[in-house]
Amino acid sequence: MATGPIIAGCGDDRHEEAATSVVRMRLNGEAREITVDNRTSLLDMLRERANLTGTKKGCDQGACGACTIMMNGQRVISCLTLAVMHDGADITTIEGLERNGRLHPLQQSFIDEDAFQCGYCTAGQIMSGVGCIKEGHTGSPAEIREWMSGNICRCGAYTNIVTAIASAARST
Amino acid sequence: MFPFTFSKARDEASALAAAVSGARFIAGGTTLIDLMRETVERPAAVVDINALPYRDIDLQPSKLRIGSLVRMSELAAHPGVRGQFPVIAQALELSASAQIRNMASIGGNLMQRPRCLYFRDVSAACNRRAPGSGCAAISGRNRTHAILGTSDGCVATHPSDLAVALSALDAVVITRDRSGEYRIGVSDFFRQPGGTPDQEHNLSAGALIVGVEVPVVPEARRSGYLKVRDRESFEFALASAAVALDITAGSVRAARVAVGGVGTVPWRLPAVERAIIGRTVSPDLWRDAALHAADGAKPLSENAFKVQLVKRTVERQLATVAGLP
Repeated sequence: MATGPIIAGCGDDRHEEAATSVVRMRLNGEAREITVDNRTSLLDMLRERANLTGTKKGCDQGACGACTIMMNGQRVISCLTLAVMHDGADITTIEGLERNGRLHPLQQSFIDEDAFQCGYCTAGQIMSGVGCIKEGHTGSPAEIREWMSGNICRCGAYTNIVTAIASAARST
Repeated sequence: MFPFTFSKARDEASALAAAVSGARFIAGGTTLIDLMRETVERPAAVVDINALPYRDIDLQPSKLRIGSLVRMSELAAHPGVRGQFPVIAQALELSASAQIRNMASIGGNLMQRPRCLYFRDVSAACNRRAPGSGCAAISGRNRTHAILGTSDGCVATHPSDLAVALSALDAVVITRDRSGEYRIGVSDFFRQPGGTPDQEHNLSAGALIVGVEVPVVPEARRSGYLKVRDRESFEFALASAAVALDITAGSVRAARVAVGGVGTVPWRLPAVERAIIGRTVSPDLWRDAALHAADGAKPLSENAFKVQLVKRTVERQLATVAGLP
């Protein structure tokens, strides 16, 4: 990873141009090289620089889960981490779940179970649900609710979200 | 967010060298980035320490050694920790969300900054963020604030659940700076606000937390964490209790009790422990001992309910842990 130059007088004059860095990542299986301002969150990099707008910005402070992605096989939120920290990472977003034109079983399950209303939180719910199933925390509706508590749905589609995850967990 | 320079520390020496010139360490980033975005934190330089070798969980016969860069989810899932220190695993799994637990480090968990909304609002008076500016919480919205360990300068609670469990277990924080390695008991690590609320801990300037050591004690096997909050999950504590008991032949041989959500630091309860050690187990014993859980409390305008709540939380958790097989 290349780190940008130290800015002269940075301590006193903070409003000068920010330093930038180049990050190399695997995004949904594709090798990408992206130059980012050091301040860019991973979420903003995905949406604004990599044009992967399926990942949503809800609260931008770690409270809603709309920006959940898979990084190196684990579900994380992309708003509370900097893009520059993840040189070399392997990232999957909602756009990378389908295989050969077929939806991921959890995506299909969200449709079958009517697990969304406005849809804004849905990409984060599905990415988090993929992690929840992978971790094995789907033993009961109560367990799914607890392990999905990082994803807020303001429409209140929780009942069907839990059903969709339970259903996909049984079939995978 | 203000601009900053970013670098990755290859090793401990380069991390410590960067800190000497004022850089902030970043690991999970879940606290620091949030506060940088709110401009509460304005580091000129940020050093990523994730490449440092503090990733091991080492359970030995006499102690558990936890690397500071172990993630919350990793520690909570460790079979030895779940078996021998259930209170640690439970405190972790009742914290934050699954996603944040995959990101946040153990060292960073201890270094969390207050969740007080005035601390996080740069237009409000806050002695922690801007020493000498006053405390807007004392006469403001303080329902979630502390009743123990407060001062005229600050009433913010310490947000960590893990730190409450570690306090009950007499864990030790291991730190390193350019002059060597230091060991600080968790109870000495955190500072009550007093007249200097901005000084939150006794970590020397520029030092790294390299790990945490927890002594293996028999009572840790019979332990657990109860967290009472405004919603069932993904919320900070209004009151919480970490309890470990060694019960032999119907009497209490050893007891460890600490509470969270009510103190400016993780709050150990020696008076509760003294009230039950050597006594015969009974429901009355838990109730009577728990009456000491709020000794010295100074409720604020909106949080007097915490006095009763913390007593009941301690009573229930003593009974629950005593009833474990």
